[in-house]
Amino acid sequence: MSAASPTIVKLPDQSTATMPKKNFINAEHGLLSWLLTGDHKRIAILYLISITVFFFIGGAFAGLIRLELLTPQGDLVSSDTYNKLFTMHGVIMVFLFLVPSVPATIGNFLIPMMIGARDLAFPKINLLSWYLYIAAGTIMLTAMALGGVDTGWTFTTPLSTHYLNTHVLTTAVAVFIAGFSSIFTGLNFIVTIHRMRCPGMTWFRMPLFVWAHYAASILMVLGTPVLAITLVLVGMERVFGIGVFDPTKGGDPLLFQHLFWFYSHPAVYIMILPGMAVISEVVSTFSRKRVFGYTAVAFSSVAIALFGFFVWEHHMFIMGVSNYSALVFSLLTMLVAVPSAIKIFNWCFTLQQGSITFETPMLYAFGFMGLFTIGGLTGVFLGSLGMDIQLTETYFIVAHFHFVMVGGMLMAFLAGVHFWWPKMTGRMYPESLSKLAAVVTFIGFNLTFMPQFILGYLGMPRRYHAYPQEFQVLNVLSTAGATVLGVGYLLPVLYLAWSLKYGAIAGDNPWQATGLEWQTQSPPLTENFPEIPIMDHEAYDYEWLEHKTQHEVTHVG
Amino acid sequence: MGISPVLWQFLVKWLNASALFPSEASTIAPYMDALYFFLLSITGIGVLLVAVLLVVFSVRYRKAVHPVATQIEGSTLLEATWTIIPLGLFLICFVWGALLYFRIYNPPVNSMNIYIVGKQWMWKAEHPGGQHEINALHVPTGQPIQLTMISQDVFHSFSIPAFRIKREVIPGRYSTVWFQATTPGEYHIFCTQYCGTNHSAMIGTITVLSPADYKKWTEESTSGMSLAQNGERLFASMGCNACHSGNAAARGPSLAGVYGSKLLLNNGSQVLVNDAYLRDAILNPSQHVTSGYTPIMPTYQGQISEDGLIDLVEYLKNLSSNDRVQQTLTTSQSDQAAPSASGVVKP
Repeated sequence: MSAASPTIVKLPDQSTATMPKKNFINAEHGLLSWLLTGDHKRIAILYLISITVFFFIGGAFAGLIRLELLTPQGDLVSSDTYNKLFTMHGVIMVFLFLVPSVPATIGNFLIPMMIGARDLAFPKINLLSWYLYIAAGTIMLTAMALGGVDTGWTFTTPLSTHYLNTHVLTTAVAVFIAGFSSIFTGLNFIVTIHRMRCPGMTWFRMPLFVWAHYAASILMVLGTPVLAITLVLVGMERVFGIGVFDPTKGGDPLLFQHLFWFYSHPAVYIMILPGMAVISEVVSTFSRKRVFGYTAVAFSSVAIALFGFFVWEHHMFIMGVSNYSALVFSLLTMLVAVPSAIKIFNWCFTLQQGSITFETPMLYAFGFMGLFTIGGLTGVFLGSLGMDIQLTETYFIVAHFHFVMVGGMLMAFLAGVHFWWPKMTGRMYPESLSKLAAVVTFIGFNLTFMPQFILGYLGMPRRYHAYPQEFQVLNVLSTAGATVLGVGYLLPVLYLAWSLKYGAIAGDNPWQATGLEWQTQSPPLTENFPEIPIMDHEAYDYEWLEHKTQHEVTHVG
Repeated sequence: MGISPVLWQFLVKWLNASALFPSEASTIAPYMDALYFFLLSITGIGVLLVAVLLVVFSVRYRKAVHPVATQIEGSTLLEATWTIIPLGLFLICFVWGALLYFRIYNPPVNSMNIYIVGKQWMWKAEHPGGQHEINALHVPTGQPIQLTMISQDVFHSFSIPAFRIKREVIPGRYSTVWFQATTPGEYHIFCTQYCGTNHSAMIGTITVLSPADYKKWTEESTSGMSLAQNGERLFASMGCNACHSGNAAARGPSLAGVYGSKLLLNNGSQVLVNDAYLRDAILNPSQHVTSGYTPIMPTYQGQISEDGLIDLVEYLKNLSSNDRVQQTLTTSQSDQAAPSASGVVKP
């Protein structure tokens, strides 16, 4: 334990706060001013609206899947329709929601502000990235309208190349384009973080939010091209029959899975690292205390990004890969679990000796920590070779990745949206209603996915349209939970929309947070800061903040 | 307000019929369950620890009782603790899991072999004695059984949850898994790899019988021809015997006793002849030319079904001498000789 000193933080009186006359939202008017904008904040808002739309489309598919699984017989939809439902649920949620969720919205909005820059390095590429996303989304919706696709989000060959007559190519094109959107975002972040930090903003003064996004950006830039190559090969195989994945032509059907998981495992970290980024900020702010072991948390992000590239084969332990290569990949998988454990404990100990309040973002962050711990530890089950034989391809794995992606990432996303809502819009969300939503989400989530762990050990395979009678009780519980979860997700849309007009005016820094983004007006000016700030203190320096506010008070008085 | 007795009875029956834990019906199942409970307890302790930390800190350091936060940089000692302890636990999971994996995927030498062919959307089981089953499998207790599996079309995955085994069934490549059943009864077979429209209908029942019942079953359900006998017929009808006759002047190598031997190939490499090698050599002969022979064998890709290949492999496995090959050859050549002599007009 080193330097221990007390900090008192007084929350500002919001009744005196007023909406700033000039900000990025009212700087320009008209639809075109949004569609042709180069402002990272406006692009972030565009992204926020579009990913919310796709989240609810994907969510509707999930609802239909759970409704079908209410009874053991396949009686609500046909097998083909069911297969299309889970495929489109997966494709939309992974490529159009989870991958861009935090980075393209919250990250886009905040990274320049957090490092004291006026915008991202390449504003036009940032806008292009959103247009590519929209193009991908439109193509995906077209594929759905024309009849959908039923390959599963994993596009496994030879099923996807030789055996299905659905819109595989159209969907592959959409995912291919969405990949470039993701590469552009990552590239923009990397360059911005390297080149555009304000005076005094050294690497180790950056908020941990920026560190985690940096790690995720590296994964986006290095991993996504492999996905693009893989999809091109699938397309060539489908159209020209080049035979790379076809054993009758000397190809290897397993090669596809190696290539696919070489992207899609790091993609998991592309999704979760930005979530972790949000949690670091939220936990620190509502404990009024700097993040415990800043350096360890920063480097654990980088470690996750590095190790994340060398564990892909753990998706293929039962596929007839060499037993000895399976050993290596299992060991590496165990190693990648450690940085996540470090992060969880560091966040827990950030609370110790803090002065904690329990606003909505903090509740979501607590939810994240609990659910992500379960999600992470059940990942160890699957990384443990022998155990994986029983659990892989069952509902256990479905539950595991939903704990990480929905229990972890979506909780973090909602924490972030609530936390920075005052900064983005200048208005507060309604506190008690949003706390209710956080609790409902948590309960609904557990009810939905806990029974699936039990189903998984029982051996219920994933992607089953109909299932044996004895699995029904657990499936009914899961469907009931999904209903609660649905309510939990609808609530924020309603009250956040309401707050745009009727929410209390937030003021510059309603949470008394230390980040540079909070030291400017809400919503910010188009150029973020009236003048480029100078970073003369460490990240999460609550004493600096206290002196600053005192100084301001004496100044005005 | 009471619950209707009909509804109550329905609920009781429904809950009783529902499963919470899979039955243990193979020798491997108790080992798998031991690891499962170990992992569950690690998870339980881990989650409990996080929950306790969150609750205790939230209560003790909430703003009402602790209005002044004390800034702490971190603690190398604490951080080292929560790096090393999880790492140690994860390494135990790694070693334990690896031991189990090698046990499940390395069959004992005395195991009985059954072939499984997966196709959209059914499982075909072929017993060496010639019993054929669809979406069903009969096995005896107390005998290690190896499944040699292949897919005719897409990826499938053969899973018996009550035995705690599962293995991907791959197009164009044999994969194996083994088990030894302990408890007679009927258990689920699932396809766990998504394989198209009727994926969820690609299920079957494995019936575990006592050795005596199994013997009875094999006698009652044989088709009259063993796989090897089918293979012998194919060997002759595809004309394999013309070259692989075992004669000194034959254009192809003798195949008697080749299974299990080490073979020197034309390209200088040495290979162990197993099921996979035989299958590949039939489909793709130019890549598998025995040293001293010329690559004249045509490919049989697309001409023999996976079932036929299994018959051939099973035949070659049991082929110890070329006597019968040559007999068949002489018979078939004399058969052909007769019509050609009288029916073909020579120029």
